[in-house]
Amino acid sequence: MNVLSSWRSLSEKIIIPIAALILSLVVFGIFCALNGTNPFAVYSVIYQSAFGSAFSWQGTLVRAAPLMLTALCTALPARLGLVVIGNEGALVMGGIGAIAAGLAFSSLPPLVVQIAMAIAAIILGGIWIMGVGALKYYRGVNETISSLLMNYIAIAILNTLVEGPMRDPSSLNKPSTYPLLEVNWLQSIPGSRVHFGLIYGLIACVIAYFLIQRTTFGFGVRTAGGNIRAAKIAGLPVGKLTLAVCFLAGSCAGLAGMVEVAAIHHRANASLNTGYGYSGILVAFVARNNPLASVLVAILLGGLLASGSGLQRSLGLNDASVLVFQGIVFLVILFSESMYGKLDFFKDRQVPPKITPSTQPIA
Amino acid sequence: MAAETADWLGVPLAIIGGTLRGSAPFLFVSLGECLTEKSGKINLGLEGTLLTGAMSAYAVSYLTGSPWLGVLAAGVAGLCLGAIHAWLSQRSGVSDVAVGIAMIVFGSGIAFFFGKAFIQPQAPQLPIFEFGAWSNYPPLQSALQVSPLLLIGIAIAPIMQWFFKSTRWGLYVRAVGDSPSAARAMGISVFWVRFLAITIGSFLSAIGGACLSLYYPGIWSENISSGQGLMAVALVIFARWQPMQCLWAALLFGGAQAIGPALQSVGVTSFRYLFNASPYIFTLIIMIITCSPKRTLAGSPGALGTNE
Repeated sequence: MNVLSSWRSLSEKIIIPIAALILSLVVFGIFCALNGTNPFAVYSVIYQSAFGSAFSWQGTLVRAAPLMLTALCTALPARLGLVVIGNEGALVMGGIGAIAAGLAFSSLPPLVVQIAMAIAAIILGGIWIMGVGALKYYRGVNETISSLLMNYIAIAILNTLVEGPMRDPSSLNKPSTYPLLEVNWLQSIPGSRVHFGLIYGLIACVIAYFLIQRTTFGFGVRTAGGNIRAAKIAGLPVGKLTLAVCFLAGSCAGLAGMVEVAAIHHRANASLNTGYGYSGILVAFVARNNPLASVLVAILLGGLLASGSGLQRSLGLNDASVLVFQGIVFLVILFSESMYGKLDFFKDRQVPPKITPSTQPIA
Repeated sequence: MAAETADWLGVPLAIIGGTLRGSAPFLFVSLGECLTEKSGKINLGLEGTLLTGAMSAYAVSYLTGSPWLGVLAAGVAGLCLGAIHAWLSQRSGVSDVAVGIAMIVFGSGIAFFFGKAFIQPQAPQLPIFEFGAWSNYPPLQSALQVSPLLLIGIAIAPIMQWFFKSTRWGLYVRAVGDSPSAARAMGISVFWVRFLAITIGSFLSAIGGACLSLYYPGIWSENISSGQGLMAVALVIFARWQPMQCLWAALLFGGAQAIGPALQSVGVTSFRYLFNASPYIFTLIIMIITCSPKRTLAGSPGALGTNE
C-alpha cells in the first residue's frame, strides 16, 4: 500500500489531534467568557507570551525541555501497555540524585561534575520507575496506582532530606540544600537563555523514537504491548523488557530533574515539584505516545505554561486558569480518541471500490 | 500534675481523635469508589472531585452562611464531575484510567480557579457532637468531637452493603460490573447503570471533600487534600470491594494519617514528612502484599480494568 492511497487514514492521525486542540481552545474560550474575560484577548495573550517574540520563544523552550523528558516517562511504558504516571516522583528523585552528586563532586572539573549529576539523576529516576515495573511484573500491582503513590513518597523524601541531612542552614524561609557552585550550572546555549536541557530533551526523544520503532528491542516492546500472552509464547523476555523500559522511562524523567536543578533552581527544594511531571503525562497522551510528536506537543504545552503569568498580569485571570486549560485539553483529547475510525471521510477508498457490508475489523 | 498524664495519654488520644476526624473523607471517597468500581469502571479522578467538593462546600458555606447548603453544593459539584467521567469513560476506545487522570487535572484546576477568592475568609463550620463533654480532661474532649458527616458516612456503609446484597438495583450494579454482556442480555442498560453508579459515587466523594473543608482541618487551601482521592482506589482494593470493610479500612487509614501530627504535638518533629507520607507507604505495602500476578483478587468485579 503506498502513501497516496492511504492519505486519508494518515490525515486522520494528524487532523483529529489538531481539531481536538482547536476544540479545547474554543471550550476554554467559552469558560473565560463565562467568567467575564474576552476569549479573543485570552488567545492573543497566550500567543504573545508563548510564541510572540524571540524572548517568549525562549521562555517556552525552557519549559518545553523538561516536558519532553517527563513525557517519555509515560510514553515509553505505554508502548508496553503500562500506564505509568510516576513522572513527578522520578523527576524529584532525579533532582535529589543530581544535587547530591553535584555537591559531592563539586571540586572536580565542571564537565565531570555535570556528567556525574546526569548519571546520578538517570540512575535514581530509572530505579524509581523500574520499581514500579518490577511491582507490576512480579506482584501484579497496578502500575498506575503504585506510580501515583510513589510520587507522594518521593516528594516526602525530598522534603525530609531538604529539611534534615541536606539542609543549608542559611535557607530560612524555604528550606533548601546547599547551592551548586556557579561553574557547575548547566549553561545556556550560546546566544540565548535556553539551557542545554533542551538538547538533552531533543536527543532523548529521537533516541526513544528509534529505539521503539527501529530496533529489535523496540519490536519486542511493541509486541508485548500488543499481546502479552503472544509475546510470552514467542519467547520474549517480557519481565526483562518491562524492567528495561521502565528504567529508561524513569531515567528520562530523572534527567528532567537534573536539568531543573542544574539549570533553573541551582539547588533542590520544594519548588522542584511544580507539575512538570503531571504536564508530561498530558504531553504523552496528546502525542499518542509517539516520542517525536511529543517534542512538538511539549513545545506547545511549554508555551501554554509560559503564558500563565502573562494571563495573570494583563487579564487578571488567576494562575489556575492554565490548569483548567490543561484539564480541558486532556478531556477533549480523550474524547477525540473515540473518534478514530468513526468518521467516514478518513476511511481509505479502495480502488476499485469494493462494497463491504461491515467495516468492523475482524477481531 | 495533669501535664504529666497528658504526656503519655496525649499521643494515643490524639491518634484516636485524629482517626475520627481524618477518616471521614477516606470513608466517603472509598464508598464512592466502591460503588463506582462495583459497576466495572475505575474513577481515578476522585482526587479532583474531592478538591472541587471541598472548595464548593467552603465557598457556598461562606457565601450563604449555611454549612449544610455547602455540603449540598459539594454534592452537586460532584454530580457534575461524575457525569463528565461517566459519559467520557464509556465512549469506545477511551480508557477509564486515562479519563481519571484528566479529571484530576480538570477538577483541581476548577477548584483552584474558583477557590482563589476563598483562601482567606473563614467560612461557617459544620456543627460537631461533643461526645467527650462528660469528661473534664481536655485531650479526651477534643478527641471525641465527632462530625455528623462521619456518622452519616458510618450509616451509609451498612446501607450500601445491604443495597448490593439484597436489592434488585444492587444486583443490576453487580451484574454490570461482573459481566456486562450478561447484564445486557438481561435487558439492563449497561450505560445507564454505570452512569448512575459513577455519578453517585462522585457525589459521595465530593461530600468527603466537604468533610475536609467544613470539619477537619476546616479550611480551604490548595493542598487540603493530601491524596485521599487517590488512596481511595487502593483502599477499595484493600477492602475487597465490600462497603463494610471500606469503613474499617477508612478508620485504619485515618489512623495512619493521624500518627504524624500526634507525634508532632508532643515534640517529635524529625522525619515529619515521612510520617505524613505514611498513608502512601502503607497503601503501597498493602498492595504489594495483597496483589498477585497470577490471579485477579477475590471479590474484584469481573469487568474491572477490561474496558469492556
